Amino acid sequence: MQINWFTVIAQMINFLVLVWLMKKYLYKPILQAVDEREKKIASELKEAKTKMVEAKKEQDEFQQKNEAFDSDKKKMMAKATADAANERQDLLDAAKKEAADVKLKLHAASAELQENLSNEVVQKMQQKVFDITKKVLSEFTSTDVEAQLVEVFIHKIKNISDSDKKQFIDAFHSESSPIVIKTASKLSEKDHKSIKSAIDSVLGDHSKYEFTTDSKMIGGVDLATNGYKLSWSFSAYLNSLEKNMTSIKNEAQQVALI
Amino acid sequence: MNISPDQTIFWNWSFITINLTLLTTWAVMLFMVVGAVLITRKLKTTHKISKWQCILEMIVIGINEQIKEVGLEKPSRYIGFIGTLFLFIAVSNFWIVLPFYEPPTGSLSTTVALAIAVFLAVPFFGIQESGFFAYLKTYIKPTFIMLPFNIISEISRTLALAIRLFGNVMSGGMIIAILLSISPLFIPIVMKALGLLTGMVQAYIFSILAAVYIAAAVQESIKKKKLTYKNNPK
Repeated sequence: MQINWFTVIAQMINFLVLVWLMKKYLYKPILQAVDEREKKIASELKEAKTKMVEAKKEQDEFQQKNEAFDSDKKKMMAKATADAANERQDLLDAAKKEAADVKLKLHAASAELQENLSNEVVQKMQQKVFDITKKVLSEFTSTDVEAQLVEVFIHKIKNISDSDKKQFIDAFHSESSPIVIKTASKLSEKDHKSIKSAIDSVLGDHSKYEFTTDSKMIGGVDLATNGYKLSWSFSAYLNSLEKNMTSIKNEAQQVALI
Repeated sequence: MNISPDQTIFWNWSFITINLTLLTTWAVMLFMVVGAVLITRKLKTTHKISKWQCILEMIVIGINEQIKEVGLEKPSRYIGFIGTLFLFIAVSNFWIVLPFYEPPTGSLSTTVALAIAVFLAVPFFGIQESGFFAYLKTYIKPTFIMLPFNIISEISRTLALAIRLFGNVMSGGMIIAILLSISPLFIPIVMKALGLLTGMVQAYIFSILAAVYIAAAVQESIKKKKLTYKNNPK
């Protein structure tokens, strides 16, 4: 076992050279690469952390918006429901009102129709009664009913009460309208003259007369001038008869109910 | 039978001799340098790296960590010396798996050379860290009476380094050579595997002891700096 001092020196030099070479080609580049990678990873981690913070922030923001949206949605929904309920109520009220109006109109129309029908029936009945009366009177007493009606009217004018007379005169003097004399059938000239002279005796001389006929009238004579009306007709008697009949009927019904 | 590869001489002129130790050392050096150059010329700093780069990084980082664990806070300053010691001894011993290979670490000249390198490196790093006089002062600590003992300690530990490595590697080689002559089958293979393990352990022991010696030399300076920092953090 010997030590070769040349080899020792040579090995020392070899070792130092190896140290230098390894430093240059191994440790330095490897440690540098590791450092760079560590820095890169650190920066990536930092970036990831920043992104995470940003993402969290955005998530929070989104959540807040979502909550606000939900809240708005609920409010809008509640408002829409309330509006719809109000609208429904309004529509229902309007429909009820309309239905009530229609019902009212229908009632009115029905009542009107019934009244018209009733009037027509009454008129026809009155006409029939008058015709029968007229026929009976003419056959049994040889009396002209029309002429008798004029006679009675003239008599009524002549015997008019003072208050009625005053009203008649006032109505006549306030306006220069003609005196309208309405009858159911056309009167003769003689009857015209008789009526004119009767009226003239109340009002004084007056030349404006207008004689008309109305098929709806059942006997009698109507006098009208400027709101004043003097009437005498067969229908008044019949209407009175109808009223009496209705009252008798109602009484009979009440008795039956008791 | 040659005990040391020094005895296998290829060329001789005056006191200059080119022996097997030098040749195998150059071969190992060439292998290490070429390997390092080939792998590190395509280094990547991305997440995906080659397996060779990965192996080298693992080795270098491992050595770095070991140096740090010994107490040297700036391992990049010492990795050149300590790392090369470890890698040179480890590669030299690893090649014993090759037939007819005699590791340069089996030569006392090599181990002495490495031990002298450590012996010189210790004051070199000590002076670099603490300054010339501060380092010399460590020899008279705790009292100047300790000076001869400290010097003896320095020399004896250097000698121990050299002899330990040489003894272990040489004895391994000797055992294999003897066993080859007695029983040429199986047993030498087992002994080679054992020699491989011993070689790696020796590489580790040698380099870690070197690190410990260096750490002991620079420790005074580190302690002093820490104390200064503690008293005046600014």
